[in-house]
Amino acid sequence: MTEPLTTDPVAFPQDRTCPYHPPTAYDPLREARPLSRVSLFDGRTVWVVTGHGAARDLLADPRLSSDRTRPAFPAPTRRFAEVRNRRVALLGLDDPEHRTQRRMLVPSFTLKRIAGLRPRIQETVDRLLDRMERQGPPAELVDAFALPVPSMVICALLGVPYEDHDFFEEQSRRLLRGPTAADTEKAREALDAYFGALIDRKHGGQGDGLLDELVRDRLSEGALDREELISLATILLVAGHETTANMISLGTFTLLRHPEQLAELRAEPALMPAAVEELLRFLSIADGLLRVAVEDIETAGTTIRAGDGVVFSTSVINRDEHTFPEPDDLDWHRSTRQHLAFGFGIHQCLGQNLARAEMEIALLSLFDRFPGLRLDAPADTIAFKPGDTIQGMLELPVTW
Amino acid sequence: MNIEISIDKNVCIGAGQCALAAPNVFTQDDDGFSELLPGREDGGGDPMVREAARACPVGAITVTGT
Repeated sequence: MTEPLTTDPVAFPQDRTCPYHPPTAYDPLREARPLSRVSLFDGRTVWVVTGHGAARDLLADPRLSSDRTRPAFPAPTRRFAEVRNRRVALLGLDDPEHRTQRRMLVPSFTLKRIAGLRPRIQETVDRLLDRMERQGPPAELVDAFALPVPSMVICALLGVPYEDHDFFEEQSRRLLRGPTAADTEKAREALDAYFGALIDRKHGGQGDGLLDELVRDRLSEGALDREELISLATILLVAGHETTANMISLGTFTLLRHPEQLAELRAEPALMPAAVEELLRFLSIADGLLRVAVEDIETAGTTIRAGDGVVFSTSVINRDEHTFPEPDDLDWHRSTRQHLAFGFGIHQCLGQNLARAEMEIALLSLFDRFPGLRLDAPADTIAFKPGDTIQGMLELPVTW
Repeated sequence: MNIEISIDKNVCIGAGQCALAAPNVFTQDDDGFSELLPGREDGGGDPMVREAARACPVGAITVTGT
């Protein structure tokens, strides 16, 4: 490998220059695969994994911990550093605690269960498109479509009343990118109180949501305590709508900026599952998965020492030309299955098959309903999210 | 093709990658764990079997033989 230690490490994370490409500031990382160094906001230097093969190996390596309460765990932002003292369910746990929680949830996210949800997702999508059609053109697609689709779907799946969506969407936003740590902490407290009350109301009830099941089968039996269930509910709700909403908004923007690929997709809707997979690779919206080494790890001709921080830049990993030739091209016909947009190892996204179904149905139905869909503002004036959070559009003005 | 597929259910995390990659060979049981479809214990000649094993995020699937 090259000698990345002799040059100043690249700062991480950084804002994208174009919302669907990795930040140009990461170019040196692309040239120094599979492993180099980046500096975090607090001046700390950590490893950054940028090669596809190395990322597969290391994300599956139990010597890398996801427990953010460990003192050496890397913090990508000041906000994260100040709120990370709390245990986070599922994605902040290592095995065997993680395995116990994951196994309670997996039956609700199987391919069979998700296939059964498709008619409901389609109905939700159609209802929102009806409303857009009645009220427009134009429309602001994030609020009118990209956010409510996954928000309504995850509410139904969990058994959370959708009427409360203004409240929890706002708290999720503050949780993921509040202006200060204090603001993030307040959002967390608000969500804790909300889910605490919701869980208490579900006691003895007959609801068919996942939270109802967990209250009935796990909380009552002592397999989960109330605090764990609150943390789980928060994660499922936030991860269940923020990420997919970003994929729908940024996916739409990307398709509108790639008219040839969009035309191909419209002519052959059967390409949609492959297109969703390629968009997942291309956009890599969760860019910067974090771990800390708990033992020394020999890899790629070097040693990651116990206590070293490790960050996985999925946007760079998923543009590794050894795995994905011409990686900067959006190509529905490439073999894209091995992308790591959902992560890899024990924490690979629990809701990935739900996300796939939502994206397929949302994008197909949107362009079907509005064949003339186009941006309603110059592309380079449309605001997108900063680099220190899940990537996506802040707004998406469209007309048809 | 004479291959043998084994699935370690203690390792499986129910991501469903195998059933997504090779739906004619793999499925998920009601608990979400990977299992082989009846009669497909030898992979049924499906060329996607190895890709399904490779797609598993936790290496729970082993394919032996040629």
